[in-house]
Amino acid sequence: MSPMPPWLDAIVAALLVAGAAFALVGAFGLAKLSDFMKRLHGPTKASTLGIGLSLIASMAWFAWHGGFTGREFLVTLFVFVTAPVSAHLLVKAAMRSEPSAAPPPRPGRDG
Amino acid sequence: MTSLTATVLPVVGAAFALALVLAFYRLLRGPALVDRVLALDTLYVNALALLIVLGIGLGDPVYFEAALLIAVFGFVGTVAAARYLQRGSVVE
Repeated sequence: MSPMPPWLDAIVAALLVAGAAFALVGAFGLAKLSDFMKRLHGPTKASTLGIGLSLIASMAWFAWHGGFTGREFLVTLFVFVTAPVSAHLLVKAAMRSEPSAAPPPRPGRDG
Repeated sequence: MTSLTATVLPVVGAAFALALVLAFYRLLRGPALVDRVLALDTLYVNALALLIVLGIGLGDPVYFEAALLIAVFGFVGTVAAARYLQRGSVVE
């Protein structure tokens, strides 16, 4: 198994660091922000992007080292499809338990 | 000569672990039930990322099976919990 060329090594390391930074910012927002609707932004966007970057880094690493099977791509696809769905369901649940969290009706429209 | 990726991997793992701790803090703190479900969702996403970092570090693609399983079961769990909070039952 030959070592990775420096350019691929740098790309994988940069993707990993960027992914970890995004996931950390997302979790920090979840712990720090004041309201559920604000807290929802961190994990649903930043953490999803962070894990997507880490998975791309992993795909590049295993593509060079010869263990590429396409499962990483499946995980990426699955996470990116399911994150908005679960976020939407959580918002609907939050709006039911706390109706004041629902957005105000749009101006110029009745009901 | 050690590679840049090998140097960076422990830091990346520590960052994901810190993200796990922050999500766990929200899981314990609440205050509403939806907050706890959201924290659980974040926990499984970060655990998945940590597994992938571990897979790169050990050079073993078998960890992706576990990552895929966590992704599927975490999504099912989040959907079931959110639907239960929304209408009081998971399946009609």
